[in-house]
Amino acid sequence: MTETSAEVFLLDPTAESSPVMMPRLKRPASIEGMTIGLLDIAKQRGDVFLDRLDERLTTNGFKVERFAKPRFSIVAPDALKQEMQSRVQVVIEGLAD
Amino acid sequence: MLETAERAAAAPLNLPADGLVAVVKRDCPTCVLVAPLIKELSDRGVPITVYSQDDPSFPDGLSGVRYDDDLGSSFGLNIEFVPTVIRMEAGREAERIFGWSRAQWQALTGIPDLGKTLPDMRPACGSKTTDPGMQARLKVRFSQTGLASRRIPVPREIDPLELVHERGWSDGLPLVPPTEERVMLMLEGTARDPKEVVGLMPPNRVECTVEKIAINAVMAGCKPEYLPVVITAVEAALIPEFGLHGVLATTNAVAPVIMVNGPIAKGIGMNSKGNVLGQGFRANATIGRALQLVVRNVGGGRPQEVDRAVFGNPGKYTFCFAEDEDDGIWPTYAEERGFKRGTSTVTLFPGDGNTPIIDHISREPEGLVQSYAGCLRSLYNPGQINDVSAFILVSPEHAQVFYDAGWSKQRVKDELYARLKLRRDEILEGRQGIGSMKPEDLTDPNRLFPKFRTGSLNLARAGGSAGKYSAIISGLGSITINPCIKEVRL
Repeated sequence: MTETSAEVFLLDPTAESSPVMMPRLKRPASIEGMTIGLLDIAKQRGDVFLDRLDERLTTNGFKVERFAKPRFSIVAPDALKQEMQSRVQVVIEGLAD
Repeated sequence: MLETAERAAAAPLNLPADGLVAVVKRDCPTCVLVAPLIKELSDRGVPITVYSQDDPSFPDGLSGVRYDDDLGSSFGLNIEFVPTVIRMEAGREAERIFGWSRAQWQALTGIPDLGKTLPDMRPACGSKTTDPGMQARLKVRFSQTGLASRRIPVPREIDPLELVHERGWSDGLPLVPPTEERVMLMLEGTARDPKEVVGLMPPNRVECTVEKIAINAVMAGCKPEYLPVVITAVEAALIPEFGLHGVLATTNAVAPVIMVNGPIAKGIGMNSKGNVLGQGFRANATIGRALQLVVRNVGGGRPQEVDRAVFGNPGKYTFCFAEDEDDGIWPTYAEERGFKRGTSTVTLFPGDGNTPIIDHISREPEGLVQSYAGCLRSLYNPGQINDVSAFILVSPEHAQVFYDAGWSKQRVKDELYARLKLRRDEILEGRQGIGSMKPEDLTDPNRLFPKFRTGSLNLARAGGSAGKYSAIISGLGSITINPCIKEVRL
């Protein structure tokens, strides 16, 4: 009458799909000649850290572009990600406070 | 571990192409009334196939009765009532009647004097296929659930209660194993399509269906009638202004807190009174847990992974209660948000836990708000403004102090705001909120800054009747994390 009566079946409560894991880009062998993005995620004092990096990088002859997320607790808006993608080769972000 | 086992298929009915099919059960007075007629039809040579749902020897004296003990034939024939008589013609159903109606039976059989000594009419009884929970069981048994989720077999030597932990589905406490039957029964709690996508669940931003919510509600221990509240809680959590991703991923302690308003709260037995934030009430305990399990299992939000909480809080197992609307003196939170009293709603806000306010002394509202303000001032840091929110649950005895003085809820809030302003030199450096202060803010020594943003300090009524306590549920209250409310859809 019933299917394999001694066996129980459970329904999967998960999304059944791991998120698509994008492989990370390889670290560049050298950042010589690259434009470097500095992303402020709006965490407290992140700007202090990034200002110092900006100063050091600029002194060493790198071109630096600054970006900012409106708020650390949200995912970066697509437009911001696309802007960074189009303008710089490397991004450094100031994470946590 | 995808299962591959075949499921049972309903046995072929093997009915004659022409003739009658009757479905009866002994536990039905109308079936007992017509049983002699069925035998009479058979004796007269009318081709009739008889299914008995509960007794192979019924109708008495009739041979060849098919005992439908697994109800597979009744399910296959879509029988809702007994007795049902179906007339088959050329292999197809031509006509169907149920109950006893002399005129209908005579017309269907073409026998004009059939049952002439019986009363004109007797109502049908419910088919055993409509017994409570039976439809769900039959749909599972005969592979007609329509559910999309993977079926995972539990090997005989494995305890299902252990398997749910091994697969990483649990918050650490035992779960109800989500069998297909339990999930089908759970889904009877809502009219919504199991395939309906409620939204994209962070952090993995995957589609969250009603079916997935139902599975997690089963695991949390919910009853089917709780499901609309659970679904609404998920919907509210997915309103962008709630900022679920931030609530989940933050290093802060917060959990999503669920507050239910309106008639559904009492309808499903939610607690709004003594021990309102404590244990002992199934609806409170399991609805909050179901939301957390959805976040964990559908969204992939797990502690020490995307959930970066330093401490968390016990409310991350479950944090759910109903607002006490009984005295009707102050507007409820839902009314403040524009919903009419009598509308069932679910509010979500972030909460760290319960910070008690104890004031046994104040009999005047001024004294009481002073106590409240002192406790509120210290939240997160006495020098912090913004990025902090609070729901104050005002107990009956404290509420009475305000009522006796004629203070409205808004008045209490205004008085609190007035007492919760900090001078520039009292504000902890770096805790002024988002962005820099304006130059004039920094130079004006008399400038005062409110600790709470507009809308981030709220009052609701709840708690037991004895004792001069209130409770603060503090939480993040940034510009991207706000209380969100949604009407319950059944």
